[in-house]
Amino acid sequence: MNRVVITGAGTINALAHDVPGTLEAFREGRCGITDLDIRDRDRLSIQIGGQVHNWDPEVHFNRQQIVLYDKFTQFTLLAAREAVAQAGLNFDGHLGYDSGVVLGTAGGGVNTWDENYRAVYEEGKNRVHPFVVPKLMNNAAASHLSMEFNLKGPAFSVATACASSNHAMGLAFQMVRSGSVKAMLTGGSESMLCFGGIKAWEGLRVMSKDACRPFSLNRNGMVQGEGAAIFVFEDYAHARARGAEILAEVVGFAMTSDASDIVMPSKQGAARAIGGALRDARISGDQVGYINAHGTGTAANDKTECAAVADVFGPHADRLMISSTKSMHGHLIGGTGAVELLACIMALRDGVIAPTIGYEEPDPECALDVVPNTARTAQVDVALSNAFAFGGLNAVLALRRA
Amino acid sequence: MAQTVKDRVVAIIAEQAVLEPSDIRQDSTLESLGIDSLGLVESIFAIEEAFDISVPFNANDPSESDFDISTVGSIVAAVEALVAARPA
Repeated sequence: MNRVVITGAGTINALAHDVPGTLEAFREGRCGITDLDIRDRDRLSIQIGGQVHNWDPEVHFNRQQIVLYDKFTQFTLLAAREAVAQAGLNFDGHLGYDSGVVLGTAGGGVNTWDENYRAVYEEGKNRVHPFVVPKLMNNAAASHLSMEFNLKGPAFSVATACASSNHAMGLAFQMVRSGSVKAMLTGGSESMLCFGGIKAWEGLRVMSKDACRPFSLNRNGMVQGEGAAIFVFEDYAHARARGAEILAEVVGFAMTSDASDIVMPSKQGAARAIGGALRDARISGDQVGYINAHGTGTAANDKTECAAVADVFGPHADRLMISSTKSMHGHLIGGTGAVELLACIMALRDGVIAPTIGYEEPDPECALDVVPNTARTAQVDVALSNAFAFGGLNAVLALRRA
Repeated sequence: MAQTVKDRVVAIIAEQAVLEPSDIRQDSTLESLGIDSLGLVESIFAIEEAFDISVPFNANDPSESDFDISTVGSIVAAVEALVAARPA
């Protein structure tokens, strides 16, 4: 089994268009959730989101590219360019055959579906642009990354709702660990902040109209976000041989299914995933200093997640820190675990724990150290990232300080 | 004869519970009728569609919502109030 390290990271999300800006926002506990700036906002009952503002694709892509790139693909490419530049890898030649890409996205090109359904249903047009299908397909971002960086090994996308990017990164980890590839680009992307994308979520009545306040007694739901984060997962020996800077080591991964309910979370399923990631990493629970929570800010998730953490860690649950950065960037659905992995890397590398902002009232059912409102400095050796999806699909990653 | 608001709400709840409307009592709770959280949001959707109203209900904290779902009777009363307040 080969060791797996992260040698590059990139992102764009509501907090910033790059990693340094995002980490700065995490340290400052800044909120990126704003009033939405989208078409037909006045017909939505939910009018806030973690939207990427000041996004001008023409700065980054030419016209021929833009007609093929849905916003989720654009976000993916921008994040990947930052990650690959940091890693300093060139995939031309042999490395390209030994490298691949696995990405998470729940919805794929939702804006493209939305715009083109408008054209045919609302505007009554009988013709759509010829590239609608290659633009909206879930694997478009993975394929465009493979083309941009010459990644000729395994390339695919995973759709497991809110756990998509954790599942993707877990698979990338397993592939590098097994020796079947030398490096993988991995992470996730989502761009669902359009009229149809939000209207669909409104139906479930789990969305907040004012803020995402994970673990706070007065929490009243989740807030959607958008964006992407992409990482370079690399074989440790390969990274070391070329003198690459190592951001963190990926040491464990587990996935479980609740097999019980299509929307309600399960403490047992979550606990089995957390415990499984620890066993996979061959680490004991008391080594874990920080957990980036799934922490959606819904009544159901937060209490279930805290109960699962208490079950797995026993008395150590009261000593570790657990925070939800969704309070700042919103819930990026299929891309959320990827952006949240940045908070784990920051904890391990910089010794700074991103806070749970918007925290106003303790909830006895979430009685853990949720790092309320203000970032904290602490040395952390092992960090976990939780993702628990609709459909009862759970995926947890374990990272260790490099 | 026109159906009352009460009859229509009861019919919606009965359909969700897979029961006859005559089996639905005003003091029945949704839980006692076997209606879970998904059944509840589906019922509310059906009520909104049936009466062309918007029901203020957040599944994260049903007790804090302005819409009282504690019994069938309380739901009927809440819907009657929303229908009465509906713009003519």
